[in-house]
Amino acid sequence: MSAPSGLGPVLLRLVDVSRTHGHGPTEVHALRGVDLSVRVGELVAVMGPSGSGKSTLLNIAGGLDTPSTGSVTLAGSELAAMDTKGRARLRRRSVGYVFQDFNLIPALTAAENVALPRELDGVGARAARVEALAALADVGLADLGDRFPDELSGGQQQRVAIARALAGPRRLVLADEPTGALDSVTGEDVMRVLRTRVDAGAAGLLVTHEARFAAWADRTVFLRDGVVVDSTGSRPDPSSLLVSQPGPGERW
Amino acid sequence: MSVRNGLLALLAEQPMHGYHLRQEFERRTGGTWPLNIGQVYTTLHRLVRDGLAEPVPQGGTGVDGAGADVELFRLTDAGRTEARAWWATPVGRGAPARDELAIKLALAVTAAGVDVGAVLQAQRTETMRALRDYTRLKVTGGPSAEHGGANPDADLAWSLVLDSLVFAAEAEVRWLDHVEARVTRAARERADRAAARGGEPAGDPFGGGLAQPVEDAGPAHDAGRGVR
Repeated sequence: MSAPSGLGPVLLRLVDVSRTHGHGPTEVHALRGVDLSVRVGELVAVMGPSGSGKSTLLNIAGGLDTPSTGSVTLAGSELAAMDTKGRARLRRRSVGYVFQDFNLIPALTAAENVALPRELDGVGARAARVEALAALADVGLADLGDRFPDELSGGQQQRVAIARALAGPRRLVLADEPTGALDSVTGEDVMRVLRTRVDAGAAGLLVTHEARFAAWADRTVFLRDGVVVDSTGSRPDPSSLLVSQPGPGERW
Repeated sequence: MSVRNGLLALLAEQPMHGYHLRQEFERRTGGTWPLNIGQVYTTLHRLVRDGLAEPVPQGGTGVDGAGADVELFRLTDAGRTEARAWWATPVGRGAPARDELAIKLALAVTAAGVDVGAVLQAQRTETMRALRDYTRLKVTGGPSAEHGGANPDADLAWSLVLDSLVFAAEAEVRWLDHVEARVTRAARERADRAAARGGEPAGDPFGGGLAQPVEDAGPAHDAGRGVR
């Protein structure tokens, strides 16, 4: 468990990022002047109502969309300075995605699902499988690599997706409502795995509308109409927490 | 009130002296509700007064073999009945608590010059911090992690007690989101009504007219009020 002081370098940095769709009277500002950094060892949650710009933020962070103004730096490289090909390569090597509905390929085993993007990166099949099995072990699924998605529970499938997102050299996981399809206990298991992987040296950006899951992040930023309106700030040292527990309620 | 029921439930398992009761209560509830020893003895003496518990006659022993100078207590038959009844009876919700936050927001939506959106967001951020801190506590481990030994039952109790705080905080955030959506919609409807009347300041009971200084009550400005 890394304390805030133990955080690694900044992996993702958005500076004054704005994204506008359309022109003139139909112009929509999806994001306006967003600054956001995520360091290695840090999990950041983004909360906001629908239409507040959460998805746009996630797409821009992962290089799937480009800002109208402002800069995005991913693993030390500024995306705007790269051509489409270079950006795609950087994205594949640095970023993994986790979605609400897992998005595993049903005809491939868990290990093959995790290995596939690495093979697309040009890694040899055998090396990709080794990486995949290691990534599966990191999410507690060492023995289930040869199962197909429909032989896994929802929580296990989402752990496979986390393994896939962080296989090989990838360090940034972008998670879009990863607990949305899971019950409360399984959702918590998935958050625990995500937290553990981040603590072990990854960085995470998590979009969720459920406060209970956002609470696993080091900090939460609140988006409203494309603007970051507030942030919880980083978490304090855990040892200072018990002192501030609320006293016994009326019921007790 | 439930300290009494909690002690009844513990005494139903075995006779105990006050210090042991306190220790056991804290261990079993995850240490989240510390009791002071005075509270424990006051409660014990009330249980004795009400005929639910009694001191164990000298020579009797508790499981921990405490010395004869420490008074052990056990339940009477009436006490055992009461303890069983507690498990069988749902805990009442009681009268609605005088919730400062609910009152604050009720006043905020009708008060002049209060930025409801800012009030909501400040609260949301604060509650989110608390939620994160509870979650962090769950991760860093329960009482057995602290004492270096594995005790899954104690850890489960601890994490369930924390979960009750987590779910209460989550409910508050959801309610704040709901309030924000309602206030935003009300502001929009107020603006629409004002526009339909040809730009006359709105005077509806929700507070469009009341909440704004007269010169600010135009529809365009009104629509932006409340929530950013």
